[in-house]
Amino acid sequence: MNMTEFAGSQYLIEVVYLIASALFILSLKWMSSPARARHGIWAGEIGMVLAVAGTLLHHGIVDYKLVAIALVLGSGIGIPLGMVQMTAVPQRTALSHAFGALCVTLVGTSEFYLQTPHVPPFTMAVLSMEVILGSLTFTGSLMAAGKLQEILPQRPLTYRGQNVVNLGLLAISIAVAVYLVLHPEGKQVFPVMIGIPLLFGVFMVIPIGGADMPTVISLLNSYAGLSAAAMGFVLNSKLLIIAGALDGSSGFILSVIMSKAMNRSFTNVLFGAFGQVAPSAAGAQEARPVRSATPEEAAAILAAANKVVVVPGYGMAVAQAQHKVRELYDILTKKGVEVRFAIHPVAGRMPGHMNVLLAEADIPYDRLVEMDEINGDFPQTDVALVIGANDVTNPAARTDQSSPIFGMPILDVDKAHTVMVIKRSMSPGFAGIDNPLYYLDRTLMLFGDAKQFVGGIVRELSGGH
Amino acid sequence: MGSTLIDALFVFMLAAFIGFEVIRHVSPLLHTPLMSLTNALDAIAVVGAIVLVGERRSEFATILGFIAIVAATSNVVGGFLITDRMLKMFKSSRPVKK
Repeated sequence: MNMTEFAGSQYLIEVVYLIASALFILSLKWMSSPARARHGIWAGEIGMVLAVAGTLLHHGIVDYKLVAIALVLGSGIGIPLGMVQMTAVPQRTALSHAFGALCVTLVGTSEFYLQTPHVPPFTMAVLSMEVILGSLTFTGSLMAAGKLQEILPQRPLTYRGQNVVNLGLLAISIAVAVYLVLHPEGKQVFPVMIGIPLLFGVFMVIPIGGADMPTVISLLNSYAGLSAAAMGFVLNSKLLIIAGALDGSSGFILSVIMSKAMNRSFTNVLFGAFGQVAPSAAGAQEARPVRSATPEEAAAILAAANKVVVVPGYGMAVAQAQHKVRELYDILTKKGVEVRFAIHPVAGRMPGHMNVLLAEADIPYDRLVEMDEINGDFPQTDVALVIGANDVTNPAARTDQSSPIFGMPILDVDKAHTVMVIKRSMSPGFAGIDNPLYYLDRTLMLFGDAKQFVGGIVRELSGGH
Repeated sequence: MGSTLIDALFVFMLAAFIGFEVIRHVSPLLHTPLMSLTNALDAIAVVGAIVLVGERRSEFATILGFIAIVAATSNVVGGFLITDRMLKMFKSSRPVKK
């Protein structure tokens, strides 16, 4: 072999990887504003194509056919996964975390069997981290995707000693990892280091309910990134370390934002002990009077308002009401009513979920306002229209120390002059927590399906014109 | 060996800090596309799988590597595709300033 040529192509590959790394960072940087965000995708795509093309120059590659088949097959699966409905984005995201983790785990496993028994201690340590994080992310994300797709029960499943079992499983996998660092020839225990975290991933997500999904998805995102970074250490690929670190820190930041928005401590998030909302005293509630209204009455109040704030929640997504909401937005805007949307960080099933659904319905993004910005405006708001949101509007979080959600930051809709809540019935929400908002004098309950009810209001507003 | 390890740790540390700084500035409006984008970028792990399959060092490694390429490529293609679709939907009510 010609040694200078070999070194030359190695350098070329490294330079290509360097450019790809820079493009990846730019790609995320451009995500800071919606106007330039699409440049970010192009940067990412160019970086990706360069990196893959550069890799194919790798001197050791002898079999291009198999690689090509796999690339084509993967693209074939990727295209439908990229074309899913916007309401299905949370489960698609969870599924892609699972795929990413699967890739990392399989590569780590192969590396181990290729290198054993001569695995240097540091390599073995990061390889263990790679496969442990990878396999728990794989099953954890599959569980999350199953719950979001409603193949699996969405209810949190809890039992006594759950945390002990989970921490025990984690401890066993770490013990196996330590053993392998000391005895890298121990082929027979390696499957244990994959099997236990696979089990752990399942147990980690079982106790998690739908409302906690944004936190869990962010956390799994972070794990997927960290496992990819660990893979970068094993393969000594700086590109992979950078991409993994970026993904890991992104998931980490999102987890922190989500846990703050749920008023959960950070250790709570790290140990995956979410979803353990104390069982509330459901059933013992006496029926308190509520005021309800028809679409006609609601339409009259909205038409007379100057400032309206719509508070969307997961219920809006379930009812597929976002397009009707857009019609309502159009018609009110035309009448000179100022309509804005208040977005709670954990509204929906993943970070930013509501924004995407409303953007899909063609609602301009500058009408979507974050919680901290809009909360001060509620006292000057004529009507707060709550569509399919519950816990994020519950004033008990501010006032009732005994409430399981006490301390959670909420949208202060109860400060608006009139509150209208579209809800199927008076049954308490997913978390089973009663919402005092519904019994206020200024609150009108609009009972019915969100899509039909909003449609009714729209008909009334356009008919009476 | 020792110095490459230290180099790698430096790279990781710097990249993590850059990640924190850059992502802190991403508007909460775009958190969903952000997640699908980082997911696509993270699938750069495909390069490791490509080398594994291309080198054909063992039957076992080739099979696992093949599945790994398929999984990661679906993330690359699907991730970029859906991120682009989402970002296309974000429109301002004000005319776009050029």
